[in-house]
Amino acid sequence: MRAYLVRRFLFMVVGWWLLSVVVFIVIQLPPGDFLTNYIAGQEQAGTFLEREEIESLKLYYGLDRTPIEQYFYWAGRFVVGDLGRSFGSWRSAEQPVTKILAEVLPFTIILSTLALIFTFAVAIPIGIYSATHQYRPGDYFFTAVGFIGLAVPNFMLALLLMYMLFKYFDITAGGLFSPEYALADWSIEKVIDMLQHLIVPVVVLGTAGTAGTMRVMRGVLLDELGKQYVITARARGVSERKLLFKYPVRLALNPIVSSTAYILPGIFGGNAIVAIVLSLPMTGPVLLTALRAQDMFLAGSIVMVEGALVIFGTFLSDILLALVDPRIRQERAAAA
Amino acid sequence: MTEEQATVAAPESTAPTDEDVILELNDVRTYFELEEGTLKAVDGVSFNIRRNETLGIVGESGCGKSVTGQSILRIVPKPGDTQGNIWLRRNGETVDLASLHPSGREIRDVRGRDIAMIFQEPMTAFSPVHSVGNQIMEAILVHENVPKQAARERAIEVLSQVGIPEAERRVDALPHELSGGMRQRAMIAMALVLRPKLLIADEPTTALDVTIQAQILRLMQDLQKEMGMSIMFITHNLGVIANMADQMVVMYLGRVVEQGSVEAIFGEPQHPYTQALMQSIPRIGLTRGERLTSIAGTVPVPLNPPAECGFSSRCPKFIPGRCDADVPKMIETSPGHHVRCVLYE
Repeated sequence: MRAYLVRRFLFMVVGWWLLSVVVFIVIQLPPGDFLTNYIAGQEQAGTFLEREEIESLKLYYGLDRTPIEQYFYWAGRFVVGDLGRSFGSWRSAEQPVTKILAEVLPFTIILSTLALIFTFAVAIPIGIYSATHQYRPGDYFFTAVGFIGLAVPNFMLALLLMYMLFKYFDITAGGLFSPEYALADWSIEKVIDMLQHLIVPVVVLGTAGTAGTMRVMRGVLLDELGKQYVITARARGVSERKLLFKYPVRLALNPIVSSTAYILPGIFGGNAIVAIVLSLPMTGPVLLTALRAQDMFLAGSIVMVEGALVIFGTFLSDILLALVDPRIRQERAAAA
Repeated sequence: MTEEQATVAAPESTAPTDEDVILELNDVRTYFELEEGTLKAVDGVSFNIRRNETLGIVGESGCGKSVTGQSILRIVPKPGDTQGNIWLRRNGETVDLASLHPSGREIRDVRGRDIAMIFQEPMTAFSPVHSVGNQIMEAILVHENVPKQAARERAIEVLSQVGIPEAERRVDALPHELSGGMRQRAMIAMALVLRPKLLIADEPTTALDVTIQAQILRLMQDLQKEMGMSIMFITHNLGVIANMADQMVVMYLGRVVEQGSVEAIFGEPQHPYTQALMQSIPRIGLTRGERLTSIAGTVPVPLNPPAECGFSSRCPKFIPGRCDADVPKMIETSPGHHVRCVLYE
């Protein structure tokens, strides 16, 4: 088990490194460098920079060095938490990238985690039901609902839910807080208000992965249900319910756990339009504006941080997988 | 055998009166309603098993021998449905297993405790993520209200009884850590831990090496003597039947075509199908250059089968107008020896 964990951890570190190289290249890709864009921007705004000022900025960003040196310079600053400066694509203010991320990243992570939990909490029970009631009305119903959920765009669902919550439950779903709490100090009422506002985004972001996970759960479980070990257990008198949860469900969870690695990027990537529609402080809209304005330090940092989180999520799912399946612990340990 | 068992499709059946008969099948039919039609996997099978006796069931793949075994425990896969009577003698009374709900408490009570089953594939018979001991203990804990520790000790005991060395250590092994032969022993241990009265063995040695096969068969015979149980041995291997069984049943296309004692049937096989089977066994003394006889054609799929002898399409002694006119009756040709063929009518 320990050798397995060490190996997985090393994979994670290597993954982070590869990601950083890609992100650095992306940052460097647009014509001109950050500084020329910045100077041009300032000149448009009517401010002309002093030669010394430009020189010191050049030094700060390491633009006088070779690309490889620049990479290490950038990466070194990234590790200690200096992500460079945004030149003002977000809220028209030239400010450190870390400041923008501090506004949107924690909320994005919380929401993405909740959405992932929602996905599993809905998809796994439905998948189990569909598999045990194959080709019965309930199975057809959930299959249809699942495909509709897959086909309906997220923002559409967001608008629809917002409308329905407002009309029937008198809950305003946009934003993170109701106007009266937005500037208020933290209180129990404010937390409840926030949770109410979280329902729609969690449901909307969560449904995107639900249909797929549901189908995977159903398919794998159907496979497992016909296996000999299930029949053997039935033949020794184990009840159907206990049989289902002890053996095939547990084995069917295996691919679900590993699929976290591709559900998570979907949630991160899918949040832009939803966040705009629901006016939520998430990374998606920031990334979008940053890319359009070629604000490469901001865009690169978001891609880097979210990518790093996805790799971390994969690492967590690897640990979970080893806990669920003793064979993985042993085989990987032997291979290490 | 009584007259009653010799008749086919008796509409009404009563529980067997012979104390020595522990299981009696009467006109058991297991049909699968498929879109393509009705698949009659088991079509009116009747036989019985006596105390401490071994009954061999032979036939080619697809003849319904495995489904017969599954029908007894009511673990036929969907959409299979079992009709007829399956009388089991337990605790001094008889229960008709065919009348029980397939996932109900009563049949679950029978499974593992009165009748246990072992299967062909020792590789897949255990859940790969649970230890062998866990699954053996489960068999105990499902049926008896004993502490876990006691169940564990019994699991270790039964594992060493089936010849697994270092049972105290192996009890915690995952299935893939055991060899095929060891796993088959472990499966036998799991089936026998509650000392059932009847063990249904569905091709238990088919997936094993020949040397391991012999060990497993010997083990089963020893345990049978030790524990005093009956065995229903399902196989396509006539050699194994000759070795193991007292009585035998030959099945073809969901029906019993010949049944009787092993001596009687090996001594004088009567049904053309049984005769063909016997000729296809390799034997010592076969003249060099002489070829083994194979049976022409393949087993038809019993989908909406016509009312005729199922073997008629492959039978060398086929009589047009008779064999394909109706399903032949079961006839007792000598005491205890029954055959379903128009040649003996």
